[in-house]
Amino acid sequence: MDIGYWALKVGYFFITLGIVTVYGLLLGATIARTMAKVQGRIGIPYWQPFLDIIKNLGKRTAVSHGVMFYLGPVFRIAGGIGTLAFVPVIYGSEMFSNITVAGDLILAIYFVFFGQLGMALGAGESGHPYSAIGVARGLGQMTAYEVPFALAIIAIVFQYGTLDINEIVAAQQGGIENWTLFTNPLAVVAAMLAFLGMSMYPPFDVVVAPNEIPIGPPTEYHSSFLAFMATNRAVFAGAKLILFMDLFFGGATNWIEVVIKTWAIYMVAVFVGAAFPRFRVDQSIRFFLRIPTLIGLAAIAFVQIFLVS
Amino acid sequence: MLTKDKSLGPTLPNTGLSPEEQDLFSNARPELYQPYPSEVVEKFINWVRANSLWLLAFGTGCGAIELNPLMTARYDAYRFGFQPRPTPRQASVFMIGGYASVKTLKRIIRSYEQMQGPKFVVALGICPVNGGMYWDSYNTVNQFDLYIPVDLYITGCMPRPEVLLAGVLELKKKIKEGRADGHNRYIQNLDWYKANQKRIIKNWDMPDYNW
Repeated sequence: MDIGYWALKVGYFFITLGIVTVYGLLLGATIARTMAKVQGRIGIPYWQPFLDIIKNLGKRTAVSHGVMFYLGPVFRIAGGIGTLAFVPVIYGSEMFSNITVAGDLILAIYFVFFGQLGMALGAGESGHPYSAIGVARGLGQMTAYEVPFALAIIAIVFQYGTLDINEIVAAQQGGIENWTLFTNPLAVVAAMLAFLGMSMYPPFDVVVAPNEIPIGPPTEYHSSFLAFMATNRAVFAGAKLILFMDLFFGGATNWIEVVIKTWAIYMVAVFVGAAFPRFRVDQSIRFFLRIPTLIGLAAIAFVQIFLVS
Repeated sequence: MLTKDKSLGPTLPNTGLSPEEQDLFSNARPELYQPYPSEVVEKFINWVRANSLWLLAFGTGCGAIELNPLMTARYDAYRFGFQPRPTPRQASVFMIGGYASVKTLKRIIRSYEQMQGPKFVVALGICPVNGGMYWDSYNTVNQFDLYIPVDLYITGCMPRPEVLLAGVLELKKKIKEGRADGHNRYIQNLDWYKANQKRIIKNWDMPDYNW
């Protein structure tokens, strides 16, 4: 565990970060193009998200509202990179299994929450009333969907007896019947319902409702700030998808599996999003605290009664 | 090197604000945007700006009704990198949809000055050129270029979405060649534009430059 080992680990992590950023941006463009084809249009080119980020970095002015204004994009991208750093992307690979420590599941869950807190500080500092409304909605909804997510995590921690994501992935190897999807389906259902809340698609997209309040929390963000947040959208989405893939769908042993599984998980949110209108914030909070929480509690009971003897 | 006219003084007077509000707003003058020192970088960044045009979703007049079909399946402006943004901070193209009444002109000035970086103004219809159908109205401006610099005119009453698409492609060509410099014209002649604006907007209760 000398300095050379850690330098190599961090170097490999930067390669993973580059690949996941490019993959996240391409995934976003592919989904937008698919939705456009459903609507009968051609849609944006595949390289459009890259051009948007470069254009925003190339803006010649930026207006800052103070020191805390920088916290929005900085915390957001720290949350995205932090989540990715502790989640193994490819199981069994020395290059792509990132930094693993004991208890890194709790760390990953905290990093998922971290970005939204920074956004709240930065958006509040910008002084725009729509940012404040968006932040209040966002934090309220996030607190609500964290409940079934945490219950699902507790259920699988009881089931596998470890907080190390690497060991959870290892326990799911050896055939499709070992996936958590089939050994503990209630936890997976609760977590996927929480994932719908995380992905900001309808019916839970009132936080960034583009037709109601101009964009919500990122209203005052522009130029380089917005470029950072757009990059984070790709990194964080990729990290969340890979986390879900590792915990519930058996992990991956090569990049093809990563692409197919993360695309399939993302399409669940897109399918639901295409079919539903928007919930109000109080409706979505009430939704998350009813059925998904009950499913999460049932998952814990299921694990205690049937799986752990 | 581009220079600018400084007859209003190094900082702006902000006479429209009350004394309590004076220190809530900045009175700095905007700086001119110099091109990047390397020509390759400047050409590349102009190409990127042309292919990623974000429109401010602010329908100022009757031309705005032709912007909505532009985003739908039949004309599909998304494939040109053209997408609407709801806030002026994130937008780079401002489409003046038709006539500009004095009341709207105050808000157009506010939104235009809040936009960042290289920004472009496209005037739709015949009204910004010479007043169009409202040339003898007490309430609308006849020559829009006196108040906000315009980069491209698209005439018609109203121009159809195909004409709008042709105009967007013309704007992209102009940006790639580096000729779309309305923002620098505005900063260079800021005092002249401000004098024109203040002549017709009587209730000027905002800062001189809305950062």
